[in-house]
Amino acid sequence: MAAPKASLHLVAPVWNGGTRGIGGLSRVVAPEGNQKKGRSLLQFLADRFYDVEALRDHLLRKQVSKVHQKNRPFNHINQRYGPYVAGAYFILKQGGAVRFQGREWIRPNQRGHFSLDFLKLQAVPVEAVDASGCAINYQGLDSLLALKELQSLWLQRCPHVDDWCLSRLHPLASSLQELSLAGCPRVSERGLACLHHLWNLRRLDISDLPAVSSPGLTRILVEEMLPSCEVLGADWAQGLKLGPEEQPRDTAGPTPA
Amino acid sequence: MLRRTLLLGLCRGPLGRGLGTHRGGSILDRDGKMSEIKKKIQSILPGGDWNPLYDTSYLPPEGSDVVIVGGGVLGLSVAYWLKKLEKPRGAIRVLVVERDHTYSRASTVLSVGGIRQQFSVPENVQLSLFSVDFLRNINEYLAVADDPPLDIQFNPSGYLLLASEKGAAIMENNVKVQRQEGAKVCLMSPEQLRNKFPWINTEGVALASYGMEHEGWFDPWCLLQGLRRKVQSMGVLFCRGEVTRFVSSSNLMKTASGEEVNLKRIHEVHVKIDQSLEYQPVECAIVVNAAGAWSGQVAELAGIGNGPPGTLQGTKLPVELRKRYVYLWHCPQGPGLETPFVIDPSGTYFRREGLGHNYLGGCSPTEEEEPDPGNLEVDHDFFQDRVWPPLAQRVPAFETLKVRSAWAGYYDYNTFDQNGVVGPHPLVINMYFATGFSGHGLQQAPAVGRAVAEMVLEGHFQTINLSSFLFSRFYSGEKVQEHNII
Repeated sequence: MAAPKASLHLVAPVWNGGTRGIGGLSRVVAPEGNQKKGRSLLQFLADRFYDVEALRDHLLRKQVSKVHQKNRPFNHINQRYGPYVAGAYFILKQGGAVRFQGREWIRPNQRGHFSLDFLKLQAVPVEAVDASGCAINYQGLDSLLALKELQSLWLQRCPHVDDWCLSRLHPLASSLQELSLAGCPRVSERGLACLHHLWNLRRLDISDLPAVSSPGLTRILVEEMLPSCEVLGADWAQGLKLGPEEQPRDTAGPTPA
Repeated sequence: MLRRTLLLGLCRGPLGRGLGTHRGGSILDRDGKMSEIKKKIQSILPGGDWNPLYDTSYLPPEGSDVVIVGGGVLGLSVAYWLKKLEKPRGAIRVLVVERDHTYSRASTVLSVGGIRQQFSVPENVQLSLFSVDFLRNINEYLAVADDPPLDIQFNPSGYLLLASEKGAAIMENNVKVQRQEGAKVCLMSPEQLRNKFPWINTEGVALASYGMEHEGWFDPWCLLQGLRRKVQSMGVLFCRGEVTRFVSSSNLMKTASGEEVNLKRIHEVHVKIDQSLEYQPVECAIVVNAAGAWSGQVAELAGIGNGPPGTLQGTKLPVELRKRYVYLWHCPQGPGLETPFVIDPSGTYFRREGLGHNYLGGCSPTEEEEPDPGNLEVDHDFFQDRVWPPLAQRVPAFETLKVRSAWAGYYDYNTFDQNGVVGPHPLVINMYFATGFSGHGLQQAPAVGRAVAEMVLEGHFQTINLSSFLFSRFYSGEKVQEHNII
């Protein structure tokens, strides 16, 4: 039976008010003292009063719908300017960065604003997408999968990217050369198994994935699965226990080949 | 002493609780006696469940709107959707009767856990697509406040069906149907197969269909526990007992064409308590038969099939117990992380299990070789004779393997056409079926549960039209033959 993974570190949702993070998403974050007290009061009240229970469910649903809202497709932009511009707009709106072929990176500034100069680049394919830390999820990948000449995709520390999303990446197989999944809390070795569709992949970063059960072994298996790809991941000796007759060494482990 | 007890007992609510139980015990409660006395007084006061004569908490209620016979994934799915789709909240009382609370012989937990859309019947593809959607958003559907999120450990590795020369045309047709319904399946030639999976021996394979998305395998225990937890939080009652009798009444009625039919209606369900002779008659409005491999026996209790053969009264529910074996073996040189769920043209199948080069697999025996379903003993010679040779021929690395363990489970095998039975019985008008899926019940459970709930609440199917899966097809002879049953 699958045990609940209490060690996931999800982005705590920002909600102004006394009780932070009511929903199930942030319950897996290790609570501090006063947060626990606040949550248990809400739990206590919700067990006894229907209105508090309804309020708590409503807040949970609002959190979930916020993520859905962020991942909606921009169909009107797609129809008017084409898939490349629509995908770029989607990423920039989420807070990521985009690079068109032969141009510089376009990033939003601290306030989230970005220039709309790229709207005239309708026929220029998008080559690289940096969606690190963005709230992109399974639905949001629709906009990314339309970018047929995408060569480099960075999904570092994305809280909603999970195994289902990885199984959706196969349409980019002919162009994708670099993929980074470092720090994604929901990606496990089961999702990494479906990366073998990406036969053009040359660089894969799977370091620091908390949901992967044996990082060293997973890295070896992924290297075997993708022979022409350079896999950056956990050291293969990570997780190996020294035998009783072996002495502990000064360095962290044997130097990788 | 009395005043203190009354103070603690009568002041139920925030103030009273603050006195006794804050931070796990105060001066008043040094040896736990206070909390015991408090609990006793709380149960005696109005609102508690104290019965001065005897404890009846193990008995089911005396009446229930819907009684679901069988607490496996299909029964719980029907209960979930009934509670989710009912119009005023709490309108329907649902009782789930399950005789084995450890689920030791239930098909759900002994299943290999695969889910695929590669069927030949379009309704099966639709059911599977809906279920995959349900599994992907399982934490939105089955979220229980204050409980950790579910992780069904889904492996999106896909299914690889291989076809010989004879089956290639059927496979192409099937893939066309699947693509029309929205499944992401691609066809591969033997050469492409060799490029992608170098460990396959493509001798005898003319065509292969590979599911790219929404196919794979998951942990059925987790789904079952998640459904059980959610369904309990929604107020469904559970009873550990066995259904031994249905008390029904008959009405002789005339159809529009003047024909006389005997319509039966079940009024009471007798639930016999586990390891006891005691039974409780439960008055009910609707009975859902989700008893899996034992659905045929439950249907016989309701009088389905008591009549001259060849008539509607004489048509039995053709669901039987069939035993199937699953073997777990270790092969260090075996295929790697990318291994899909492979199904050979001979009917042998296998899939990867975990990261340690372990594999699960088996084969469905032919009609003549059907093992005796009386017990769940495993026949290891079956592996030597029927499973290993085709495996070793298909994947040469499997010539050296070591069987680690094996188990057996039941299929709720529909001898008529190996597809499920969903919907009401034409004569016993308040018995609904959700059974007979012959090995693919787990992967269609969420969608079938919704279909049955819609049938019960609205009277017709709304999301997926399963009218070709009704019971009446057994009488009219219209088979819904599924060509891709393993």
